[in-house]
Amino acid sequence: MTTTPQAVRRASPRTRRPATPAAPDPSAGLLPQAEPVRLLNPDGTALPSRADCPEPPVEALREMYRRMVVGRRFDVQATALTKQGRLAVYPSSRGQEACQVGAILALRDDDWVFPTYRESMALTSRGIDPVEVLTLLRGDWHCGYDPAQRHTAPQCTPLATQCVHAAGLAYGESYQGRDTVALAFIGDGATSEGDFHEGVNFAAVFKAPVVYFVQNNKYAISVPLSRQTAAPSLAYKGVGYGVPSEQVDGNDPVAVLAVLTRAVAHARAGHGPYLVEAHTYRMEPHTNADDATRYRDADEVEAWRDRDPVARLETYLRAKGVLDDAAVAAIAEEAEAYAADLRERMNAQPTVDPLSLFDHVYAEPTPQLVEQREQVRAELAAARDSEGDA
Amino acid sequence: MATMTMAKALNAALADAMLDDERVLVFGEDVGQLGGVFRITDGLQARFGDKRCFDTPLAEAGIVGFAVGLAMSGLRPVVEMQFDAFAYPAFEQIASHVAKLRNRTRGSLSVPIVIRVPYAGGIGGVEHHCDSSEAYYAHTPGLKVVTPATVEDAYSLLREAIEDPDPVVFMEPKKLYFSSAEAELPARTAPFGTAVVRRPGTDATLVAYGPAVPVAMEAAEAAREEGWDLEVVDVRTIVPFDDGTVAASVRRTGRCVVIQEAQGFAGVGAEIAARVQERCFHALHAPVLRVSGLDIPYPAPMLEHTHLPSVDRVLDTVARLQWDDQPDARWLSQGSAA
Repeated sequence: MTTTPQAVRRASPRTRRPATPAAPDPSAGLLPQAEPVRLLNPDGTALPSRADCPEPPVEALREMYRRMVVGRRFDVQATALTKQGRLAVYPSSRGQEACQVGAILALRDDDWVFPTYRESMALTSRGIDPVEVLTLLRGDWHCGYDPAQRHTAPQCTPLATQCVHAAGLAYGESYQGRDTVALAFIGDGATSEGDFHEGVNFAAVFKAPVVYFVQNNKYAISVPLSRQTAAPSLAYKGVGYGVPSEQVDGNDPVAVLAVLTRAVAHARAGHGPYLVEAHTYRMEPHTNADDATRYRDADEVEAWRDRDPVARLETYLRAKGVLDDAAVAAIAEEAEAYAADLRERMNAQPTVDPLSLFDHVYAEPTPQLVEQREQVRAELAAARDSEGDA
Repeated sequence: MATMTMAKALNAALADAMLDDERVLVFGEDVGQLGGVFRITDGLQARFGDKRCFDTPLAEAGIVGFAVGLAMSGLRPVVEMQFDAFAYPAFEQIASHVAKLRNRTRGSLSVPIVIRVPYAGGIGGVEHHCDSSEAYYAHTPGLKVVTPATVEDAYSLLREAIEDPDPVVFMEPKKLYFSSAEAELPARTAPFGTAVVRRPGTDATLVAYGPAVPVAMEAAEAAREEGWDLEVVDVRTIVPFDDGTVAASVRRTGRCVVIQEAQGFAGVGAEIAARVQERCFHALHAPVLRVSGLDIPYPAPMLEHTHLPSVDRVLDTVARLQWDDQPDARWLSQGSAA
């Protein structure tokens, strides 16, 4: 033999080394698209439909419109209630209606929602009594609704801590054979908190059916997004945890509902968590106590007015012939009635019972709490007696 | 009866709880295959499977927050913080959610979880492995804080913690893990909220918990040579605290020393001393004194024995309990008009 087998192989055209196939990209399917998904132009005209994001059924969009209009009216009313001293504070989500309502519509009633303090509109959109939602901000208790019954965690004011709870709840549900999905709301600023990262990581490792829904409204109170991250977008934070992610135009209601529906389906099918970043903008200050003119200029706010999600969806549905003047007027009337009812009920002074302070610290109060309750009871009785004497 | 270590009793408590209640899940760092760095979860994964005893990402806030969510779904998580000081990343979850969820939601949601914390020193551990962190938890309403000092209590209190409808921070004295005693399991000792007289005596009461209990017992034994007959009360559950047993003992003896391994300032011992003084003023023949660790960051191993409350320090303190009705020289220079 004068040639080695290797030489023969090299010489044979049949065994010529084929072009090396590209190694599969491990980040494929994890990274978001380079541009936020958008199905409507800012003026409400339709963009070409896309196979990766089927448009939601028209009835769902009509319902979305209704809830957005009612939700906005609720939000305006809540801000007004702060001026009347009925609420201690109110963090508005005006401008974020597509996100607030879209998240709820993408879920079943038995799915779990983990809201922050800015999700009052989402919670009323879920059918929770607005007076119960506003209990936290009125100040008569911390959480006014029944979380277990509504499958809605208390509104979370510590940032991002709910991200880990959502992972645990969702894993616990699937562990017990239920197909419940958890959706955790979070803002752009809170993605800097450790618990966001720990939550997404736990959900990924345990394949927990969670949708992490980041409403990137560009400011954490006054601090702009550029101070939170150097990432191309917040949706890029998923890839590091092996979590598929998408970004969406958060003021495009059709796209928001389409993307969140896809994310929820992914989670429910047992594929683990999904991260969605919605690009949106809060039109109001952080809360009524904030002065947004100190950190953002009027032109910027005005520019976002042109992308108003409610007007955008209305234009689209009218053009589609599924919404007319009469329907718009009826929904506006419903929203007014909703606000009037809320206003009236919030004008009633809530009753609080100081002795209830001891009721839920533990399942059974400790002896020390029993003693303190007796002390408070005596103080109250003495105060009543002295009022009686006066 | 069999001789066993506290570590073995804790392991048995976890196993029996998992056997009795399939909602019980045990997880944390290295608790699965390895069985925990102190082997408290040894064999649980092999016996109950990796869905019931499992390792997690190395993230304490994540572990505790995950447990909160699991509890919301109806499960009974028992989590391990590998060491006292490594639990600090979880503090926000513990203080803001674990402790408060029941109260925030008026009882709609509860957090029946157990957070096991190997704590305190005396084992020659390097820094961040020997903190006495019980006061942080005891100061947080909504938590129960429990610490066993005996083998049977380790078993019984852990079983009760897992069954409790409220969150329990279960503080395990590391230096007692491998202490052993005759024990018969499944033991059920006195319930939460009950302090126990470990040793009766007539001259003074030593109140101690966790790693300080053996020190108190040893001191009481040594005190016999000095002619003192000391009573030792083991607190067992810091929250809920048993004022009755402690006060009854001090009223009998008329003198009290509170012993804790933790640094003293604003500690659990200060709370106990205040409570005793409030309840027993007219029965006291001397101020309530405290023996504690020094008010320093936990020292390096070669210096830890200077820090830790010793039998001698306890006896020196007992000696200052106004046996001869003289002012305590130690305080004379403080707060004087001069």
